[in-house]
Amino acid sequence: MSDPDRRRLRTGARNAIRAAGEDSEALALGMRSRAEVWKSTAFLALLLLSVLVALSLLFTLILDAFLDGRSRLNLELLTNFPSGVPENAGLQSAIFGSLWVIGMMILTVVPLGVGAAIYLEEYGEGNRWYKRVIEVNIQNLAAVPSIVFGILGLGMIVRGPLSLGQVAYAGSLTLALLVLPTIILASREALRAVPSSLREASMALGATKWQTIWHHVLPNAIPGIATGAILAVSRAIGETAPLLLVGATVFVTFNPDGPLSEGYTTLPVQIFNWVSRPQDEFRVLAAAGIIVLLVILLVMNSFAIWLRNRYQRHA
Amino acid sequence: MADPSKQITSAVVSVEPVATTTSAGASVAVDTVLRTNDVHVFYDGVPAIKNVSMDIQRNRITALIGPSGCGKSTLLRTFNRMNDLIPSASMTGEVLYHGQDLYDPSVDPVEVRKRIGMVFQKPNPFPKSIYDNVAFGPRVLCMKVDMDEVVERSLRHAVLWDEVKDRLKGSAVGMSGGQQQRLCIARALATNPDVLLMDEPCSALDPIATGRIEDLMVRLRDEYTIVVVTHNMQQATRVSDRTAFLTVEVDEHDQRTGVVVEYDDTAKIFSQPGDPRTEEYVTGRIG
Amino acid sequence: MMSTHETILSPATPPVLGKSRRRVGERLIFAVLVFCALASVLTTVGIVAALLQPTIEFFSEVSPLDFFSAEEWAPFFADPSFGVLPIVVGTLSVTFWAVLIALPLGLCAAIFLSEYASPRVRRVVKPVLEVLEGIPTVAYGFFALTFITPLIRDNWPGFLGDPPGIFSAGAAGIVLGIMIIPTVASISEDAMSAVPGSLREGAYALGATRRTVALRVVVPAALSGIVASFVLGVSRAIGETMVVLIAAGNTPNLTFNPVESIQTMTAFIATSATGDIGVGTLQYKTVFAVGALLFVMTLTMNVVSTWLVRRFREVYE
Repeated sequence: MSDPDRRRLRTGARNAIRAAGEDSEALALGMRSRAEVWKSTAFLALLLLSVLVALSLLFTLILDAFLDGRSRLNLELLTNFPSGVPENAGLQSAIFGSLWVIGMMILTVVPLGVGAAIYLEEYGEGNRWYKRVIEVNIQNLAAVPSIVFGILGLGMIVRGPLSLGQVAYAGSLTLALLVLPTIILASREALRAVPSSLREASMALGATKWQTIWHHVLPNAIPGIATGAILAVSRAIGETAPLLLVGATVFVTFNPDGPLSEGYTTLPVQIFNWVSRPQDEFRVLAAAGIIVLLVILLVMNSFAIWLRNRYQRHA
Repeated sequence: MADPSKQITSAVVSVEPVATTTSAGASVAVDTVLRTNDVHVFYDGVPAIKNVSMDIQRNRITALIGPSGCGKSTLLRTFNRMNDLIPSASMTGEVLYHGQDLYDPSVDPVEVRKRIGMVFQKPNPFPKSIYDNVAFGPRVLCMKVDMDEVVERSLRHAVLWDEVKDRLKGSAVGMSGGQQQRLCIARALATNPDVLLMDEPCSALDPIATGRIEDLMVRLRDEYTIVVVTHNMQQATRVSDRTAFLTVEVDEHDQRTGVVVEYDDTAKIFSQPGDPRTEEYVTGRIG
Repeated sequence: MMSTHETILSPATPPVLGKSRRRVGERLIFAVLVFCALASVLTTVGIVAALLQPTIEFFSEVSPLDFFSAEEWAPFFADPSFGVLPIVVGTLSVTFWAVLIALPLGLCAAIFLSEYASPRVRRVVKPVLEVLEGIPTVAYGFFALTFITPLIRDNWPGFLGDPPGIFSAGAAGIVLGIMIIPTVASISEDAMSAVPGSLREGAYALGATRRTVALRVVVPAALSGIVASFVLGVSRAIGETMVVLIAAGNTPNLTFNPVESIQTMTAFIATSATGDIGVGTLQYKTVFAVGALLFVMTLTMNVVSTWLVRRFREVYE
């Protein structure tokens, strides 16, 4: 234990003693003083109030969207294309756009993220400098604002070296780089949870490193990886800002016919378009779109949480 | 503890290795399956065991005993290159397997682990079916064998066949600890090794399961060479033919390193140890 | 049966160990995995590279002194002015209101969850927080515009002067604050739950109450994690785009007044850099220069947070 560590431990202990000292006078009297009871109650009330305020605000958000948008919650909302006439406007091209963008993103980022996690957990030798560089890099990347990934997409994917143009896959790739750190972190955690006794047993039977990973480590890590991946993907589905920079345009009246089809929109981009129009009819549409988006995310998140609980029980 | 020599029920007949000359001309004891020459193992450059030179004889059970932290497991893991998997571990010296250096750069570690099986302290079956557990080794090694036959033979060898033959496709995780450990032994036998390394195979088991594993070890001795690490001295006296006693030496820099104090027939180690440290340990005065 | 394994298991001649093989497949897979790990590094390199060149070109046309000191941000006017202060101040002002909401509420919620709530309550509330963290930002923007802003305008006390307009820094900041409560709460809660129970028991054994244990023992012990959650929350507020784009208006105003409409750095980027922007134009370079400034700001915050966490980490054994 180093000196600063010792100092911190001592500080912790001293705080504990001081905390006790504040109350022990009251205790010596056999009962807690009235002021102390009052203070404790007030503190608990403050805490409860904070939790309630936070939760109720967030539920108000959902309720508000539902109340505003319920008049447009019908099948036509899902099947119609965007239109300048609010009564005819719908989400079809946005839904298909989201499906293409997110589908291609999953195909890109999951192998990449899981591969990176396998390298870092199973191959990277101890504390080599290059491994630390990669780790620090991932950590910093996770804190970069999403709009900066939009700039990366604009400068490197739509234009610049890749020059894909404003196609759906440019959006997929931009979002893939955005959620890559999350997928790597979640996959590493899942790999770390696989008991090393399985690795040893497999290696002792003459399996190679990759055979061990493929037959034993990965199958046991898949529930954890899937949980993290679903949570990350659900974030990506709701992501708007970077897509505005890489060509997700707000008025598209056709479905994309492939990853390289020019001109696409996604659910949140379409919702943003409706929110920013001044007419109330479009606000209603936006609210209805938000409900659709929230339902999709809620289903995905619940599935991920269910998967995690099931997996934790079995582990 | 009572006089340990009385606990050896069957008289252990020790057979001295017969030195012969192979066709290649090198003098190798035929009876010696594994031989270490001045082996040192280091973790992060710090020696964990040093100066280990010993012969493991064929069709004998060799026990490695000693206080915890003396490097028994480390030594055991040098026999099938499992220490290779620990990035910070390194070693010097040589380990000869039938006269071939296990650590020669041209030797394939996979091949080593195929010939020299290992059973771990805690039963660690794969969370798959019983059948797949046993078949895993031959499968990844691409052995061209009749898999059903290999699985049955291995399970019979591990005296597990009659208990599981009706649920080979059932999960291995649902079995009792003792069954799991016998499955791990069957799994190790499936790749056709001639040496079996066992790292405290009974420490997680109850006395009845322990007894069955010990019986099994004695049966397997006829066909395999077994090296077993144990913290249980009665177990060493019950099953082993040869015993190596390891202990920790502390040098002037307060560095703790495992050394082999004495290596001899089990009966001799427990009745007339040649080193006072061994005597202290086996009579229960320390450790 | 017995005869077969006799012959297989007891080799008449000593077995010969196979020669080491090259295993091309294993090496190929390793190379692929290394590439995957490098992809994240390449992303960072890509971000820096994408930002660097246009930014350098931008500063060859606009003096850095003007950029950082001029008080007007009007890059696309016929007579352009490149003073970045208004949009930096806009970002900071929105962040200030967000932090004012999120830190106390998030911290209190974390203390409640970690020190007071029963395991059952925690099992329900934690996943709910997680789901709330995943609500898309465009939904928060909508909430700000259609719920919070009207709420404030309708209940505005006259003695405070003019009520906020449809777009205001304050409303955007409040909603941004609500948005980052779950982040602050869940990371702080993780840090507090990681404080070993023995430390709490030690204080209880000396006669401390729950409140003093929470405030005097657990919070100080979890301080590094709490600070990290604050910094992460602030960094999310600085980098958030959609809420401010929708609810704060888009008028660069050098003001800290929460009732006025402002523009943030992120909102500027999002409105200016739509797909049809011409490469190489000054407009294009301006976007990248602002992006570079934003990137440097958030990166600095993250480095500071990492340093703080390392510096103040409590070590328990």
